[in-house]
Amino acid sequence: MPVPAKLRVATTSLAGCFGCHMSILDIDERLLALLELIEFDRSPLTDIKHCGPCDIGIIEGGVCNAENVHVLREFRANCKTLIAIGACAINGGLPAQRNHLSVSTILNEVYQTQHGLVGGFIPNDPELPLLLDKVHPIHEVVKIDYFIPGCPPSADAIWKVLTDLLAGKTPELGHGLISYD
Amino acid sequence: MNNPTFTLDGKTIPFTEGQTIIQAAIAASVYIPHLCFNPEFKAHGSCKLCTVKANGRKTASCTAQPQPDMIVESNIQELNDERRALLQMLFVEGNHFCPSCEMSGQCQLQATAYELNMMSPHFDHFFPDRPLDASHPEYLLDFNRCILCSLCVQASRDVDGKNVFALAGRGINSHLIVNASQLAETGFSGDDKAAHVCPVGVILKKRVGFVVPVGQRKYDLLPISALAKGD
Ligand code: SF4
Ligand code: SF4
Ligand code: FES
Repeated sequence: MPVPAKLRVATTSLAGCFGCHMSILDIDERLLALLELIEFDRSPLTDIKHCGPCDIGIIEGGVCNAENVHVLREFRANCKTLIAIGACAINGGLPAQRNHLSVSTILNEVYQTQHGLVGGFIPNDPELPLLLDKVHPIHEVVKIDYFIPGCPPSADAIWKVLTDLLAGKTPELGHGLISYD
Repeated sequence: MNNPTFTLDGKTIPFTEGQTIIQAAIAASVYIPHLCFNPEFKAHGSCKLCTVKANGRKTASCTAQPQPDMIVESNIQELNDERRALLQMLFVEGNHFCPSCEMSGQCQLQATAYELNMMSPHFDHFFPDRPLDASHPEYLLDFNRCILCSLCVQASRDVDGKNVFALAGRGINSHLIVNASQLAETGFSGDDKAAHVCPVGVILKKRVGFVVPVGQRKYDLLPISALAKGD
């Protein structure tokens, strides 16, 4: 029998903490079985900088700056199936806790007026992506096909979704695997 | 004489005069999703999560009474899809950051969302600005999570005789208020019934958050549907 082509998978972290990526690694020795079936495109694991055509894209984190939006759109344009992983991608999570404050209030507090800061200034290098006025979950920007909630989702939840998808099934998480925290 | 019965998703449920559909279901250990209904209080039918089809007509099962031989449907895709949409609206209208919520794992909103497979909030978030009220020495109010079920209002009015809580405003502007500028200036006490009825993480005792480890919290152990009362 011909060996089926491996599915190409890209992953990235936008406004996230890489905790979801740690949880992906946490599937432990099952990674070896997984690597028989998939290969990685752009990902912190490969250090490939841009996403090419892929079967599955996995996005951690919401969008908090202009670069996040570009990366997210690049993933959507290239990935047949796009998965939001973790609380931040799904509802903004911790970064979105800034949403009731104005960006200028936050920048002033962090870089200028915070207790103990001397001679601080607000960074303004053109290399730095501009902040959005609010942090948004990624489904508010592009269409997302599947969601894996959790902060982070457990390795078992991630494994379940990936193996369901690889088996051509709609992913389902039952009690104990679906979790918002 | 035997009690009259109705069928709920094909199961025969006995009921007595005056019982509502959900009360009879709970007595028979059958779960119907609900949020604003608490068996200890008079139902007021506001969240609509408990909506069932009774002889084909949609009605809130916490206020509707069964009729003999009525055919009631609850756990069907059409209703569960609508329930999930109601939940998603509740999530995006408030700020529900479960990882930092003291009620996580013991919250009826969260557990019901798990039960109904709510994988995402679907809608755009409102991200409302709702400052906390931490004025009281023993309790704090985190308005970000209020789902306007009005159980605290009922408890304070009908059990405690205090009227500490009320819902003000209309439509999307509805919100919970206390009968003073802040909680510390009301007659609220931790011994009040109202301190213990909130199904989500609004009325919180200070300094006891996160005492139960993850994995051992109420709904970590069993899904809400396995606890027919749902609390
Ligand atoms: S009240 Fe419930 S749903 Fe809301 S943040 Fe707390 S645990 Fe989550
Ligand atoms: S504070 Fe809790 S009990 Fe009171 S209306 Fe809001 S959700 Fe219901
Ligand atoms: S539980 Fe019946 S309407 Fe809320």
